[in-house]
Amino acid sequence: MTDSKYFTTTKKGEIFELKAELNSDKKEKKKEAVKKVIASMTVGKDVSALFPDVVNCMQTDNLELKKLVYLYLMNYAKSQPDMAIMAVNTFVKDCEDPNPLIRALAVRTMGCIRVDKITEYLCEPLRKCLKDEDPYVRKTAAVCVAKLHDINAQLVEDQGFLDTLKDLISDSNPMVVANAVAALSEIAESHPNSNLLDLNPQTINKLLTALNECTEWGQIFILDCLANYTPRDDRESQSICERVTPRLSHANSAVVLSAVKVLMKFMEMLPKDLDYYGTLLKKLAPPLVTLLSAEPELQYVALRNINLIVQRRPEILKHEMKVFFVKYNDPIYVKLEKLDIMIRLASQANIAQVLAELKEYATEVDVDFVRKAVRAIGRCAIKVEQSAERCVSTLLDLIQTKVNYVVQEAIVVIKDIFRKYPNKYESVIATLCENLDSLDEPEARAAMIWIVGEYAERIDNADELLESFLEGFHDESTQVQLQLLTAIVKLFLKKPTETQELVQQVLSLATQDSDNPDLRDRGYIYWRLLSTDPVAAKEVVLAEKPLISEETDLIEPTLLEELICHIGTLASVYHKPPSAFVEGSRGVQHKRLPGSAGSVESPDPGAAATETPPAVIPSQGDLLGDLLNLDLTPTTTTGPPPPTTSGMQMGAMDLLSGGLDSLVGLLHQGPPSLSASPSTTTASFGGLDDLFDLGGGVGMPMGALNPPKAVWLPAMKAKGLEISGVFVRRAGVIQMEMTLTNKAMSVMTDFAIQFNRNSFGLAPAGPLQILTPLSPNQSIEPLNNLQVAVKNNIDVFYFSCQYPISMLFVEDGKMERQVFLATWKDIPNDNESQFQIKDCHLNSDAASNKLQSSNIFTIAKRTVEGQDMLYQSMKLTNGIWVLAELRVQAGNPNYTISLKCRAPEVSQCVFQNYEAVLKN
Amino acid sequence: MIGGLFIYNHKGEVLISRVYRDDIGGPLNGVMILLDAFRVNVIHARQQVRSPVTNIARTSFLHVKRSNIWLAAATKQNVNATMVFEFLYKMCDVMAAYFGKISEENVKNNFVLIYELLDEILDFGYPQNSETGALKTFITQQGIKSQTKEEQSQITSQVTGQIGWRREGIKYRRNELFLDVLESVNLLMSPQGQVLSAHVSGRVVMKSYLSGMPECKFGMNDKIVIDKQGKGGGSEDVAKSGKQSIAIDDCTFHQCVRLSKFDTERSISFIPPDGDYELMRYRTTKDIILPFRVIPLVREVGRTRLEVKVVIKSNFKSSLLAQKIEVRIPTPLTTSGVQLICMKGKAKYKASENAIVWKVKRMAGMKESQISAEIELLPTNDKKKWARPPISMNFEVPFAPSGLKVRYLKVFEPKLNYSDHDVIKWVRYIGRSGIYETRC
Repeated sequence: MTDSKYFTTTKKGEIFELKAELNSDKKEKKKEAVKKVIASMTVGKDVSALFPDVVNCMQTDNLELKKLVYLYLMNYAKSQPDMAIMAVNTFVKDCEDPNPLIRALAVRTMGCIRVDKITEYLCEPLRKCLKDEDPYVRKTAAVCVAKLHDINAQLVEDQGFLDTLKDLISDSNPMVVANAVAALSEIAESHPNSNLLDLNPQTINKLLTALNECTEWGQIFILDCLANYTPRDDRESQSICERVTPRLSHANSAVVLSAVKVLMKFMEMLPKDLDYYGTLLKKLAPPLVTLLSAEPELQYVALRNINLIVQRRPEILKHEMKVFFVKYNDPIYVKLEKLDIMIRLASQANIAQVLAELKEYATEVDVDFVRKAVRAIGRCAIKVEQSAERCVSTLLDLIQTKVNYVVQEAIVVIKDIFRKYPNKYESVIATLCENLDSLDEPEARAAMIWIVGEYAERIDNADELLESFLEGFHDESTQVQLQLLTAIVKLFLKKPTETQELVQQVLSLATQDSDNPDLRDRGYIYWRLLSTDPVAAKEVVLAEKPLISEETDLIEPTLLEELICHIGTLASVYHKPPSAFVEGSRGVQHKRLPGSAGSVESPDPGAAATETPPAVIPSQGDLLGDLLNLDLTPTTTTGPPPPTTSGMQMGAMDLLSGGLDSLVGLLHQGPPSLSASPSTTTASFGGLDDLFDLGGGVGMPMGALNPPKAVWLPAMKAKGLEISGVFVRRAGVIQMEMTLTNKAMSVMTDFAIQFNRNSFGLAPAGPLQILTPLSPNQSIEPLNNLQVAVKNNIDVFYFSCQYPISMLFVEDGKMERQVFLATWKDIPNDNESQFQIKDCHLNSDAASNKLQSSNIFTIAKRTVEGQDMLYQSMKLTNGIWVLAELRVQAGNPNYTISLKCRAPEVSQCVFQNYEAVLKN
Repeated sequence: MIGGLFIYNHKGEVLISRVYRDDIGGPLNGVMILLDAFRVNVIHARQQVRSPVTNIARTSFLHVKRSNIWLAAATKQNVNATMVFEFLYKMCDVMAAYFGKISEENVKNNFVLIYELLDEILDFGYPQNSETGALKTFITQQGIKSQTKEEQSQITSQVTGQIGWRREGIKYRRNELFLDVLESVNLLMSPQGQVLSAHVSGRVVMKSYLSGMPECKFGMNDKIVIDKQGKGGGSEDVAKSGKQSIAIDDCTFHQCVRLSKFDTERSISFIPPDGDYELMRYRTTKDIILPFRVIPLVREVGRTRLEVKVVIKSNFKSSLLAQKIEVRIPTPLTTSGVQLICMKGKAKYKASENAIVWKVKRMAGMKESQISAEIELLPTNDKKKWARPPISMNFEVPFAPSGLKVRYLKVFEPKLNYSDHDVIKWVRYIGRSGIYETRC
């Protein structure tokens, strides 16, 4: 027989030939033709055009031919629903056939033809088949109910098939029971709240009886169904366990694992002091170990499950370490999983053996495996304190091999060892430093930098080492940049005298030249911390770190519980809840372990299950930890955050050395005449001080209004440095965006900036460099003039620029009507000034909207004789209120505006702003 | 449950494609896209297969590979993964029982049969009875076989029945029974001769040609059973038999064995399938007889030479003979030449396998033999040291390294008149090397 020839025909006109052959009178020829059709179908050719011809072959006594035609029908019926009806009669007839194999075949195939019209015809034959005298037909019909339910759930319910299916649970034939259970379980999954699978002690008893008699697959269906049952009490639980344990000796691994699932779940309910509980624990280990002599794919699934079981009940396999030793010929996926479990089982008793093995693995070929082995050595050190020293020396041996990825991995784990045992193994630092150059992976570089920063006081050339990393700062990954920033700050706090320049350099790199918000934020926090209160900075940055916990990579308990309920399934392979990878309603319900009964001692985590949906522990430290930069690696438990906020008051600025009190004073008290009340001053200063964005222009999200930059300092005047800039107000913060262009030949470094004292107390948010303030005798001509000094390595340059006063309008500048009226009256008329805005073609509403976007708020509108009067208010950052009355005459392009303010000096500016906004 | 089952050749061409559920894709294009996805991501993946379970486009693929053939099951649900893999293996067994080796040629030649089988043993993705004994009664490639009504109901009751693995009415003129105890002994030894791990995984394989529906009972020197009996009998008995009993860590049985009976009485009783089957598998770790000891000596002489000496010692009764002995000594990738001297057998350096293979046909117990090799290496700048894979060994010995002994195998057939004594029984013990490695 050489049926393989059917796979090769690719002639033109093939379809026509097939058509002719299908309509041939000779049975053999027909059959050959159908075979060809099926072969074409398999390789993906479209043979749907032959539908009527193939269906014509359906009427035959030849079972083999019939099956082929059915196969064709299943594939193509959906694309030709009308023609599929042609087949219905044959199906209905076949369902009455005296041969049970044919009856079953018909009902099985009908269920696979997912055409609505056919399902109507399916109901009657199905009803008969569910009550057929032959068990083979009944077991097929049971599955057919699930098929029909998948097509049309309502129909199944209306036709009462579910009740018939339930009756089949009591069928005399075990296989019928098993299939009925499988079908019901599947249907129940899509109706989470229905009591479809009415599991009560009687049905459970029936299932347990069938369990002993049905096929291996049937046993799996029944066990998986049993796992969803919650026994009423510990006695029932025990009796079910007793009847399930024999399954642990089944040759089929799936039967074994499903039995393990049932036992693991029901065990929760057994009192821990019960003898039986101990017996059961002992019985679980051997079958789990036996699974490891199955085929590699099954081993893999078993190992993924054992990983869960070991986390839930470590006592089961604690003496079985050896079976998880890696064999040279194991597939890589088995090796990696075994390694994981070895680490989980490592204890003082077996650590010597484990370490010897791990060292052996670290010399293998597969890079991933070797890395994991090296990492495992580190984890052993953290887990078993007695072994730490040996682990460290093993790691040092491995570093000596100079194999690049081994060295890098070793350094990463040594960092963790330092976290667990501070001040114990510093002697190895010298060896680590030797390998600095070979580190090219971010994680290893970051770990090394962390070590250097942490032990900066003991490393003579720590500053040199860190400086060498700083050169390529922008090419590093974020992880390394963050570590470098922190390490240098640590270094500075430890050796302030020699490293001032370094710290300034890294701070400006982090804040000015980076567009990574994490890095910038961290940079600013350090900066403020250092400038505000170096003592507090020390407390924060050099705070004692919480020791990292020994158990690593544990699955979060609620998720673990859910996964235990899914032992053997894909969820347990992925270590994810079914809802994470199953679409639709199936698997959305979260399964939970039953609470333990009887035992009062030992608060079982299972009993204390919370309602929170399970989630995988994030692999990175939480946000807070990251922000505070306590180097909380993923392996740590987050300690209570140290009190950092105290040092972050914005108003009290203290530039690095703390020796500039006078300047500080100047900066932070605004002109007394302008401050309205102490409280508002502080508030507005908070905003003001925060405003200055040195990294301006780089990757900033663009606001609504973005005026073009103007040249503030031409290059001619500043030895090649050109500064252009603009002021914008975004989200309540005034930002000064500057572009600094180097038009000179030489490199400019050491930039710093300083503002002269000005009317509205604008000051850089980030403290910069100590600078001589500008000579105060310069007259402040326009109020909104800002005199700026920028320093670089060449010289200090002074320039002035004007910022639009609208920058200073704060968002809460909308006054209450009553207050407005009172204030308006209260302000002497001398302070009122009137202006004309010409050639403005907006109507009053549009104007109002436009102004609102610049934080000028319309409080009320009055229309008198066709003239709109808009009453508006705005508030400056320093708390000055400006009140305005805008008169708009319909058809007249000229507006009249009256401004009233306690500080009339600003009126001119405000007017100009009105003009700018309305005409823009 | 399983949404679809596909068979590919090594090129990733689809040989068999059977869809059970619509959720894995529509009838036409959807499935083709999935088939392609698996081919691209797994069969043609650049890297070595990292997991037998792959999730592509929210569809899980579980696959196994037999020679050049890939079998993959696709699903969108949270299926019982263990069951799917067991099923895939079973599928391989069934196919092998029908047409021999699973090769591209055989699959193509039997594709109609495979579709028929897939229709029968997987319904809506639920595995159904897959015992070849039962399947062969009604899935034949002989065309139409008109069955009488009795035959039909016999088939269906067998397929669904409690004893799905055996049909009624089997008759033999000579009732015969072959029992093989096949053990593979696994060892991992340190260079210093310390046993790092050792276990025996054994199988009891039977071939039974028995008439009727015989009830069988199998007994072996299981420590638990013997201790139990010892309690009943005299203390002398315990001392006598206790020595010879072995501690079985765990065992699993063919589905014909009554597991609940084993659980309570630890007795192995069953109605055997006809012909070949595997009655049980077991594992032992205590008091294993390690038939061979390998003593490696590796010395690096300078950077371009390696001296290897390996001594093997046989450790069993001198009256017994081990066969098919093969020692495999890995050599570095930079090997340029090898000189070999061995006391016994033949040794060869196989450059393509990077190993020295030393073969000895036979070796009696309590003997010793050795091989020495001088390996020339090419000088390299590679800093990475040679990983030194372990020395592995293969052999076959005529005893069970676990110490397992068959005590009895009783056959009762109440309906037919033949007794236990009339059954001719053959028992054989074979110990083979599993993964038998010594690190060097």
